[in-house]
Amino acid sequence: MKSEPLIRWDWITRNWDNGSPSAISTLLESHLLMAFVPVLLGLLVALPLGLACARWPRLYQPTAGLVNVMYALPSLVLFSIFLSVTGLTPATVIIPLTFFTLAVLIPAVVDGLASVPDHVRQSAVAMGFRPLRRLLQVELPVAVPVVLAGTRVATVSSISLVSVGALIGQGGLGELFMDGWQRQFYTPIIVGIALIVLLAVLADGLLVLAQRLLTPWSRAWRDAR
Amino acid sequence: MTTTRRRRRDQNDGTKSLIIFDGVTKRYQDGTVAVDDLSMEVPGGAITVLVGPSGCGKTTSLRMINRMVDATSGRILLGGRDVREIDPATLRRGIGYVIQHAGLFPHRRIVDNVATVPYLLGWNRKKARARAMELIELVGLDPKLATRYPFQLSGGQQQRVGVARALAADPPVLLMDEPFSAVDPVVRTGLQDELLRLQSELRKTIVFVTHDIDEAIKLGDTVAVLHTGGRLAQMAGPATLLSEPVDGFVREFLGRDRGIRRLSFISAKDVRLDPAPADLAVGGDDRPIGLRVDGRLVPYGTFDPESDSMRAALDAALLSPDGTAVAVDGDGRVLGVATREALDAVLRKYAGGLPDQRAPADQRAPADQRAPAGEGSPA
Amino acid sequence: MSWLIDFFGNAANWSGPYGIPVRLLEHLEFSGVAFLIAALIAVPLGMLTGHTGRGALIVVVSANAARALPTLGLLVLVVLLAGVGTAAPVLIPLIVLAVPPILVNTHEGIRGVDPDLRDAAYGMGLRGRQVLFRALVPVALPLILLGLRLAAIQVVSTATIAAFVGLGGLGRFIIDGIATKTYADVIGGAVLVAALALAVQLGFTLLQRVTVSPGVRNLR
Ligand SMILES: Nc1ncnc2c1ncn2[C@@H]1O[C@H](COP(=O)(O)OP(=O)(O)OP(=O)(O)O)[C@@H](O)[C@H]1O
Ligand SMILES: [Mg+2]
Repeated sequence: MKSEPLIRWDWITRNWDNGSPSAISTLLESHLLMAFVPVLLGLLVALPLGLACARWPRLYQPTAGLVNVMYALPSLVLFSIFLSVTGLTPATVIIPLTFFTLAVLIPAVVDGLASVPDHVRQSAVAMGFRPLRRLLQVELPVAVPVVLAGTRVATVSSISLVSVGALIGQGGLGELFMDGWQRQFYTPIIVGIALIVLLAVLADGLLVLAQRLLTPWSRAWRDAR
Repeated sequence: MTTTRRRRRDQNDGTKSLIIFDGVTKRYQDGTVAVDDLSMEVPGGAITVLVGPSGCGKTTSLRMINRMVDATSGRILLGGRDVREIDPATLRRGIGYVIQHAGLFPHRRIVDNVATVPYLLGWNRKKARARAMELIELVGLDPKLATRYPFQLSGGQQQRVGVARALAADPPVLLMDEPFSAVDPVVRTGLQDELLRLQSELRKTIVFVTHDIDEAIKLGDTVAVLHTGGRLAQMAGPATLLSEPVDGFVREFLGRDRGIRRLSFISAKDVRLDPAPADLAVGGDDRPIGLRVDGRLVPYGTFDPESDSMRAALDAALLSPDGTAVAVDGDGRVLGVATREALDAVLRKYAGGLPDQRAPADQRAPADQRAPAGEGSPA
Repeated sequence: MSWLIDFFGNAANWSGPYGIPVRLLEHLEFSGVAFLIAALIAVPLGMLTGHTGRGALIVVVSANAARALPTLGLLVLVVLLAGVGTAAPVLIPLIVLAVPPILVNTHEGIRGVDPDLRDAAYGMGLRGRQVLFRALVPVALPLILLGLRLAAIQVVSTATIAAFVGLGGLGRFIIDGIATKTYADVIGGAVLVAALALAVQLGFTLLQRVTVSPGVRNLR
């Protein structure tokens, strides 16, 4: 064991795209699927729900409570619960991760809308914006930075959490960890960690870029120049 | 509002300067020169107001006194000692400091906020709190508020707490940076009056920053006008400042109401009073009720010749339907009326007597016609 | 439901070296130690960077990077490198997991305090450390506690995967249950971990009640 090098580059080239279901590229694909679908689903649910909470504050307390419970549930626990329902499919990972992203995104949407300064809201009302138009043209744009900050956390966490699914046999790149563990072999583990971090950094970078494009008026843009 | 405050300048005579700026310059890291070779002497036991346009270095000058900012060159002497020789925290504990939004500690009750510096100085809790309660009452707050948290107070109340907190350890010097500018005009007037009342008891050396010239005139025993770029344009008593601005910049800064404002410094006691006319309705206690005009009672303006200024007298005349001001004594009893001619006689005398270039006629001209021609415009 | 009865109704699950109490204690032990170490690193560091304003960029960037590190991969790698048998290697991934939320929230909490308040504190003659502990920390406390709570919950729930590398804790029920397809054990273990995480949540809520001044709590 002692003589085992940390990285065997030939292993990577041999296993990158060898056609087997455990080829690195195949795992990468399924990892992407299982990481991004929860973020998209989370946004789809969190936006209307967050808007509703901002609109009817009485909804917020119970929603926040539910969200806190969801956040507290370990992903492995949810995975194992859903394993008995959805079996060995990506859904077993996607559904629990969606709960997790919701736990991050709902507060982000609510906080984002709360961050719209009152005078901005008031002047929109005074100029004659009707509620829906005001929401779409004034409040949501102002809330974008906060929502995107939440989306960044949700995305990065989701990408890294997918790997826990390997413990129940659905883990994307996380399966490289199991492989390396069983064979006492560092290379797949390091490759897995590196690819996951790389994915996370790329996704995070894209979201930062998206924020700059979506909110050209925000300070982040000026700082970049 | 328009009453002449009893000037305290006489009592300040002979008091030595407590704070001396000696060629003080402040250049910030980015190269901005906020204060440029400022030399001035701040008299002890009096209120010195720093005024000037935004960004002229008022805050910087103030903060150099308690070393929140350190001067780049020059010296600031406090009671004869260069402040830079004194450990900043020790220095600050001996100087009260009040800022715009009070800066109260949100996590502490009012009483503990006020007792902050006494605690720092190591007073025991009981003594510090007793002192805090004293001050809470002194600044005119209901003692019941003592156990509240800052968020439970109005802006004006918070500002009073800020003043109480600054006074807690009885520092001889008080620095106030636009302390009243975040509250509405009515509350601000109340706070200003309160400060003057406190000062008449406490006789602190107060350096007060504002960009409101009215506030400066009202509060200052001495007013220092700063140029943009942190140079001293003029330092004088408010009456002198109004009548003898040194240059176009100061004149412009004082505004077009300078002449009217000057009237605040002329007592109305020399106004000749005529007997009250028959159409002034007077109640049983000798207090005026109104003027009879066409069988209706119309409101009137009054002034107290003993304590009011010519500004108040003129104001009263302008408020009355027939242009005469009703003079009353301290209890509100009618003493007589001042006609426009009587008021004019006084104005004529002072306009000629004080070294002011303006013709007496100018004083009566409507504000919008009053000649800016000779006044010049600032650079 | 019947799984829950199977699991919690089984007397054998309540005693002995493999019983619930022992597993619970094991779980609390390494998540507790990891959490404490993370807090000891991140709270002072966050206070320092927040107070001095230096190193803000490093804090944010490294915290984000740490978030991206997959705990399972790190765990497996560390244990392989250090050798199986001791609990210490397990602590490393858990600490890496817990530091970012504590660090970021402490930093942002301290840095976000109203500059007027900081100004007033210095102006009254508080010294640097007094300003930090008497003015900034009490006001930033809700955020600091939020960071600690998020970290504690993540540590408690992620500590389940320690069982995968052969350690104890509540994860044993889940991992072994998956291996032997004993769903009663999986669900039972899951419920225990979730209950523990919720207890942590509750604990922090209470802690917040006690430590945060009402004057700060009502600021929002
Ligand atoms: N920390 C700083 N770094 C760089 N420049 C500064 C700093 N603080 C103040 N300045 C600059 O110094 C000048 C004087 O600022 P100062 O705050 O003293 O003005 P002020 O007279 O109090 O203005 P205001 O009435 O707006 O409060 C301004 O041009 C300002 O931009
Ligand atoms: Mg200022």
